[in-house]
This record gives sequence, C-alpha cells and structure tokens, in this order.
Amino acid sequence: MKGFGTIVLVIAVLAAVPLVVHSNTALNFLVIMLLTALAGQGWNILGGYGGQYSFGHAAFFGTGAYVTAILQVRYGVNAWPGFAVGTAAGALVGAVIGALTFRAGLRGSYFALVTLAFAEVLRILASVAPIAGAGVGTLVKLDLHASALQFESRAAFYWVILALVAASLAIAHAIERSRFGAWLIAVRENEDAARALGVDAFKVKLGAMTISAAITAAAGCFYVQYFLFVDSGIAYGTRMSIEALLTPIIGGAGTVFGPLVGALVVKALGEGATFVAGDAPGLNLIVYGCVLVLVIAFAPRGLIGLFSWRRVPAGKREAAHG
Amino acid sequence: MAETLLAVEGVSRRFGGLLAVHGVSIAADQGRITGLIGPNGAGKTTLFGLISGFIAPNEGAIRYAGEHITRLPVHERARRGIARTFQIVQPFTGLTVRENIVVGAHLHHRSRTDARAAADAVGREVGLGGMLDRPAATLTVAGRKRLELARALATEPKLLLLDEVLAGLNPTEIREIVPVIRKLCDRGITILMIEHVMQAVMSLSERIFVLAEGRVIAEGTPGEVAANRAVIEAYLGHGAAKKLGAQP
Repeated sequence: MKGFGTIVLVIAVLAAVPLVVHSNTALNFLVIMLLTALAGQGWNILGGYGGQYSFGHAAFFGTGAYVTAILQVRYGVNAWPGFAVGTAAGALVGAVIGALTFRAGLRGSYFALVTLAFAEVLRILASVAPIAGAGVGTLVKLDLHASALQFESRAAFYWVILALVAASLAIAHAIERSRFGAWLIAVRENEDAARALGVDAFKVKLGAMTISAAITAAAGCFYVQYFLFVDSGIAYGTRMSIEALLTPIIGGAGTVFGPLVGALVVKALGEGATFVAGDAPGLNLIVYGCVLVLVIAFAPRGLIGLFSWRRVPAGKREAAHG
Repeated sequence: MAETLLAVEGVSRRFGGLLAVHGVSIAADQGRITGLIGPNGAGKTTLFGLISGFIAPNEGAIRYAGEHITRLPVHERARRGIARTFQIVQPFTGLTVRENIVVGAHLHHRSRTDARAAADAVGREVGLGGMLDRPAATLTVAGRKRLELARALATEPKLLLLDEVLAGLNPTEIREIVPVIRKLCDRGITILMIEHVMQAVMSLSERIFVLAEGRVIAEGTPGEVAANRAVIEAYLGHGAAKKLGAQP
C-alpha cells in the first residue's frame, strides 16, 4: 500500500461516504474513527517511523484542545486562527518535551515513562488552573456557522476531519520518501549506526516529535470544535495517549495507512462490544487490550504488516543478529 | 613522505579503573592503508570509538585534515569524511540492503533518486549488486560485512576506519574482499584498519601500529613489526621472542 495514488483513492472513497450514508450515528462513528486515526498518525510519525515510543501523546492532543477552546472562550478569538494556534502550541509542547528528553539521552521505556509523566503533569495543571476552567472544564459556545468552524450537518464535520486525515497521510507519505524519513527510520533501526553515517540523531528525533505533536494537537483542536467541551480528563487523560499509540500499532506502525486501518478496527470492535454488552464502563479498554494481545502475538508488524515481507517475527530477527 | 590525514596525539581513555587507551599516538597517511593490530583487549576498538567520536577521550587530541576534531560529535565527523564500520555488524535489519546503503548515501545526496543511484553503485562495487532488494536480515556474515563497508562508503569518506571487516569470513571470502579494499585505497581513500587476519593486514598495510594493553608498543612496516621482540612477546607471551631468536 504505497504511493500517492493509493492515498487519493482511499480519501476519494471515504469522501463519498456521506453521499450514501445519512445516518447521524454512522457519521458520528466515522468522525470519531477519523479523529482517532489523526491522533494515531501523529504518534506514528514519532513512534512508527522514529521508534520513539511515546506514552504521553495526550500532552499534545490536550494542548491543542485547550488552546483552541481557551482562545475562543476567554479571548474571543475566531475558531479558525484558534485551530492554527492550537496546532502550533501542540507542536511547541512537543519540541520542548523532545528537546528535554532527547538531550538527556532518554530511550525506550525511559522515554515512554517521561512522556507519560509530562502528560500527567499537564492534566493536573489543567484540572486546577482557573484559565482552563479547573475541574469544571471549558465549554465553547454553540455557534453553528462555518465561520466559527462549527457545522449543523455531521457530513460537514466529517469532511473537515477527513481533510485533516488526508493531510496527515500526505505528510507521512512525504516523510517516507524524503531524506529526513530515511534518517528517521535509520535512527529507529539503530541509532549508533545512523550517527556513524552522519545522521544528527537529536535533530532528526526532535523534528519528528514536533511534526508528530502538531498532528496529534490538530486532532485535539478538532475535538473541541466537534464536542464543544474539554476537561482535563478528556484532554490529557491516559486514554488519549493509549488510543494514539494503539491505533498505529494495531494497524501497522511505520506505515502510511497503519493508523487509519487501526482506528477503523479498534473503533469498530469497541462499538460492536458496546452494542453486544451494553455501555459497561471500561469496556472499550478491555477490547483494546484483547486486540493488542492478538496483534502482538500474530501480527507483530500490525495488520498491514501481514501483507509485506517485513513481517519477520521479532524473535527471528533477533536470532539472525547472532 | 605522504601527508598525514589523521593524527591521534597522546590520547587516553579510562573506563572506571581500567585504562583502556593510554597515551596513544598514531597517524594515518593520506591515500595509504595503515594497519592497527594487537592482542584481544589491547584497546583497538576503543581507539576507533575515540577517532569516530563515539567515545570522548580523557586526555589528548585528535587532528583530522589539519583540524582539531576532538570535541566534534559523531555525525559532524562523518560529514567531514570520517566513516567507520562496526566490529559487531550493525545492519538496519528491518530494511533492505539498498535502503541500508541509501541512509549513508543521503549524507551527500538530498534527493532520493540520487541517493538510490549512488547506493546502487556502491552496492555493486562491494559485490552486493545482486542482493540490493533483499532484507538485510537475510544476509550471511560475509554479506553483512560487505554491507557495513558499503554503508560507510556511501557517505563518500576521505578516511575509512575498518574494524575487523575480515573477521568471521572464510579464506575464499577474504580473497574476494581484499582486492575491494585495495581498490578503495587506489581511489584515494585513506584507510585505517583493525585486523586479526595477519596475512591480509600484512599484505595490505604500508604501515602498522601495534597496540597492547592500551599502549602503542611498536610501529613500522609490516616486516619490521613482525620481527619486533615486543610484538612477539605481546602475542605469544613473555620469553617467546628469545625462543624464536628474534632481533631485539
């Protein structure tokens, strides 16, 4: 599944869906699925291509959401520039966390833990800071006009999030074919070997983290426009971090379409479970856990990995080292 | 006398209580092959780490092309033309052979098309031409050594540090790769090689440094070094030189 043509085709097919499907429930499901795919694509740039497994992408999602909401509610800024500033703020948070962690040489599980800690710190700050509405959260005023980036029809929202997902696919595709991408993948595969070949690993990882954070922050900005509400648990909660990493891992980390495929599978199974077992709290997480176990056991390179030579089982790869 | 491209001057490196490299001074002349030999644990690979920038020295200086590079990071040294291979091969196992080499080629080729063309040329030069599309994980030991060499070459180095590229190869494979190394030298690349395969290093090198227990114990032409008493004792044990009747 390579090539720009595939992206155009997939987006064209998805764009036609609201012309056929008119059910609000179905469109709502698809919007949330695409939202998760977008957040996951952000994680995929850093984690999938760069091998830096962040456990705290909620830090970027939440920053995007909060900045967009606060600018509108407290400063009367229009939603469109609010969206742009929210995305940029997320990127900035990514750059700062990246500079601190990568400068300190954190790798692997240490990097994961520190990113998780940053997201948790932000969650606690947001839950007490008056500007963020503290424990109550921030409610954006209902104003169903395109000028306020709010729409009466679900289809319009659907097309907006689809456009964002299309952009994220194009970014992933461009990275895959660029020098930056080759260096990023080299850092993932073996950082020391990459450095010996002239790769500035710090700069490459920092760049990836900034792009990654911007994409996930854009998902947060969209979330606010769609639900018109954000609180610290939604924005910075671990649930968002888990969804952002789960979708690309299940779909195929380090592939352009991995997050989209993963989001579709995860969200469909989540909905299916709710349909069968009723709305039990935490049910989604149980489903995610089961899917993750199955994928790691039977498709370690994700669902897309099932269709490529790169599906060398991890054990075999290690053995081949010796 | 050829110009000196690399000069290591009185470099020391300590690991806790172990003095791995102690006041070592060596030099590599422009366009020649210089050998670095010594028993296991002599500090050869540490010295390579110091030259390529993976390890910082406690004392001493490293000059390359007339410039002090002692404090430069690894990737900056690579940009200036220092490439190394790893004794324990470090392929990007999730990538194909071509993709592995492309990473090196990208150092001086921004566009993907140029980098791939350069990578293919280097791949053919080291004898990996038929395996470019294979996953690097499927290569044999000999193939992986060639891949190490190819990736380093793709960065278009002026100074190539070869860390035991012949180790683990059978005699046929060694016979195949020795001319490749000689050809690189003929192309003007300065080579500093660590090698345990004596026959190869003796025939390839113009000048050899012998390291033992972190110090340079001898240097000279292959003939001089082979007859050196200190070298024989370092390899074969105290008193060995006397038994063999070597010159002091």
